[in-house]
Amino acid sequence: MAAYSINVNGETKKVDVASDTPLLWVLRDALGLVGTKYGCGIAQCGACTVHLNGTAVRSCSLPISAIGTSKIITIEGLSKEGDHPVQQAWQEVDVPQCGYCQAGQIMSAAALLAKNPKPSEEQIATAMNGNICRCGTYHRIKEAVVLASSKMK
Amino acid sequence: METITKTSRRDFLKLGITAGGGLMLSFNLNDSFAAILNGDIKTSTAATVDFNSYLAISPDDVITIFSPNPELGQNIKTSFPMVVAEELDADWKKVKVAQAALDVKKYDRQLTGGSGAVPHSWERLRKAGATARQMLIEAAAKKWNVAASTLTTNNGFVIHPNGTKLSYGALATDAATLTVPADVKLKNPKDFKLIGTAVANVDNKEMITGKPLYGLDFYREGMLHAMIQRPPSFGTKIKSVDATAAKALPGIVDVVTFKNNVAIVGKSTWEIMKARKVLKVEYENAGNIESTTDHDKLFKELLDKPEATVRRKDGDVEAAFKNAATVIKREYQCPFLSHAPMEPMNFFAHVKADGVELIGPTQTPDRARMATAQLLGIAPEKITVELTRLGGGFGRRLQADYVLEAAELSKLINAPVKVTWSREDDMMGGSYRPAVRYRFEAALDATGNMIGYKLRGVGINAGNSTREDNFPSGAVENLLIESIDHQSPITTGAWRAPITNFLAFAEQAFLDEVALAAKKDPVQFRLELLDKAKQSPTGAIKYDIDRTKAVINLAAEKSGWGKKKNLAQGFSVYFSHRSYVAQVAEVEMVNGNPVLKKIIAASDCGIVINLSGAKQQVVGGIVDGLGHALYGQVTFKDGAAEQRNFNNYRLIRYNEVPQVEVHFVDNGIDPTGLGEPALPPTGGAVANAIFKATGKRLYNQPFTLQEEMKGVKLGQKM
Repeated sequence: MAAYSINVNGETKKVDVASDTPLLWVLRDALGLVGTKYGCGIAQCGACTVHLNGTAVRSCSLPISAIGTSKIITIEGLSKEGDHPVQQAWQEVDVPQCGYCQAGQIMSAAALLAKNPKPSEEQIATAMNGNICRCGTYHRIKEAVVLASSKMK
Repeated sequence: METITKTSRRDFLKLGITAGGGLMLSFNLNDSFAAILNGDIKTSTAATVDFNSYLAISPDDVITIFSPNPELGQNIKTSFPMVVAEELDADWKKVKVAQAALDVKKYDRQLTGGSGAVPHSWERLRKAGATARQMLIEAAAKKWNVAASTLTTNNGFVIHPNGTKLSYGALATDAATLTVPADVKLKNPKDFKLIGTAVANVDNKEMITGKPLYGLDFYREGMLHAMIQRPPSFGTKIKSVDATAAKALPGIVDVVTFKNNVAIVGKSTWEIMKARKVLKVEYENAGNIESTTDHDKLFKELLDKPEATVRRKDGDVEAAFKNAATVIKREYQCPFLSHAPMEPMNFFAHVKADGVELIGPTQTPDRARMATAQLLGIAPEKITVELTRLGGGFGRRLQADYVLEAAELSKLINAPVKVTWSREDDMMGGSYRPAVRYRFEAALDATGNMIGYKLRGVGINAGNSTREDNFPSGAVENLLIESIDHQSPITTGAWRAPITNFLAFAEQAFLDEVALAAKKDPVQFRLELLDKAKQSPTGAIKYDIDRTKAVINLAAEKSGWGKKKNLAQGFSVYFSHRSYVAQVAEVEMVNGNPVLKKIIAASDCGIVINLSGAKQQVVGGIVDGLGHALYGQVTFKDGAAEQRNFNNYRLIRYNEVPQVEVHFVDNGIDPTGLGEPALPPTGGAVANAIFKATGKRLYNQPFTLQEEMKGVKLGQKM
């Protein structure tokens, strides 16, 4: 066990965990931020996607020892009121079915649009292909990303 | 809260004043409920429970509607309350929806399975809303001293002929003192305002902001975490356990062996995951150790076995095949599949001296309760089940195995515990869609009439792998449907659209070949058979011929069947559960390779309640059907699953879906369910389109791993 101080959603959080603990389990078990989901544990499904200095990463495969001073944003911290353009679009298009993968989908989409507010269809596909939706909401995800893109300032 | 019980006719209604005043209405219609699951898969038995609907109106006009059924993405938590709100004439913006916990006294059929919730509850929900509406009208009539018949309602208000209005909230407390009417008038469906519109999922905001909704999100102070090491191979049992190293690791509270399980109990998920890696368990054989190669041999043996269970026999099949001008004989095989819901299996249990608390994602809360009662020898009344949202189910969460493990472990360690399965545990842990092989035979006379039809299904723990009364039964004079089941240690269970999730592909691909041999257009061929079944039926007809024809015609019309020169179209139609879906898949050859461009679906699920939810059920069902037809398989070596996570158990992804176009038949029939019926037709439509484009017939799933697809690059474009 070791003491770590990490920056999550703009706040400094202190945790005492083993150095190989994946960020996913730090968020869920130690910090109670359960919006970030466990789906596969091997960076294949994208349910655990968070932002690390603005880049979408799979938190299930990122040990806490590798984080240092990087800034982490989770679904809980994407916006204060749940009104990030991507979240708005997700609601307007009525994307979720079971909803379990959607936090990860939203984090992937938000990271894409932050860097590239007007992505092409191919760029959207590349960014979203790492996130599995077992319910098959991909068409609505596409529609929502396009809509969110139109909302980006 | 005080409750007054009043009975009227067969309805048992409870009326009470809510703590803050207001009307609460709940009722129990004790109709018998028959088949839940459209399948008789081993280890899946139907749990039957009583229904209740329940709504509360508070003086501040907030209407709370409790949704009793488990929500796993089928959108029941939005569509059920919409039906109540419609008949209540409520303002949807003021409706709050809450998930009800298991309550067998209040609710009937509190489960998710068999696409049955809406058909079962449609009238009950309408009556729930209409009864409350009538009572609110009567309360207003008393207040205004006018005849109730002169009053109308709109958007949460009772309206006086002179235009004066009283809100439901203002009337609720008075209404609660009235006798519940025995008979209420339901709306004419033509007057529906909410039903049939697109209403957003009531949990959207919580889901997109990461609120704790799912079983895996449940945490409680003092709760322990556990993971269970189960035998990696089916047909083995524990020989010895050495937990010394695991127990020595930080955060590990205990290692407990029970039945064939070794549970690692600790303070956090990662600590128990790490301890599992150093846990040493030896296993020994305790039954048949089977591999996929054994099953492949077995299938061939069983298909040729003289004896089988006869499921349906019409006419003289032997004579028909003897007299046939042409005989077509084809075989189709499907592998085991994992349900793989995105939320891995989990459940919380706390076994206390005076009762048991169960919290988590289950499609069958009462089954979980009754099984726990039996396991622990505790009265069911002492067990509570709280439903979280389910991160997918697909049939996996019909089973109670993972609930029982949590309950048993909690009792053994005398502590509240959440048992979490890793993805590998889920994929290796059984309850698979059974592997099945089918042999179809058709006899045609010299003019291309199908005079004989045979189907034999052989399955691994598949039960009856046929649907003997489905089309074309009834349309062929001489018909024989048989099944043979092999009992295996590899456990299976109902998987979304049980049996039909593969049978439909095999049947619809076969009929495509038969139509070709009969020199008929595949759509025309099916329509002619249906006409024949209507005019001169053979034996019982268990599907609706007109509804089948209607979806066929709609799909043909919307797809421009046979009129698109640059596209290869494949057709499929299937009846499953209670609804009808026809699909046309369109493939275009691009640089010599087939590209799946679009799937057009025509569905008849009766009245569509929520257009947004219904459309997505069809799209999602098609994506699910397509993904598993293209990529899905679990193979076994020495009793152990070879695919253990998403790196080699391939699920369909964003860039692998074609466009999907959804149409509904508008026939005003009471809703017949939509959670499953859009999935079965997809494999057949796609395979038939691929054949038309490439000349290659697909007989086995997953398509992408078949010999026929070697060198073929199948593209998809959304």
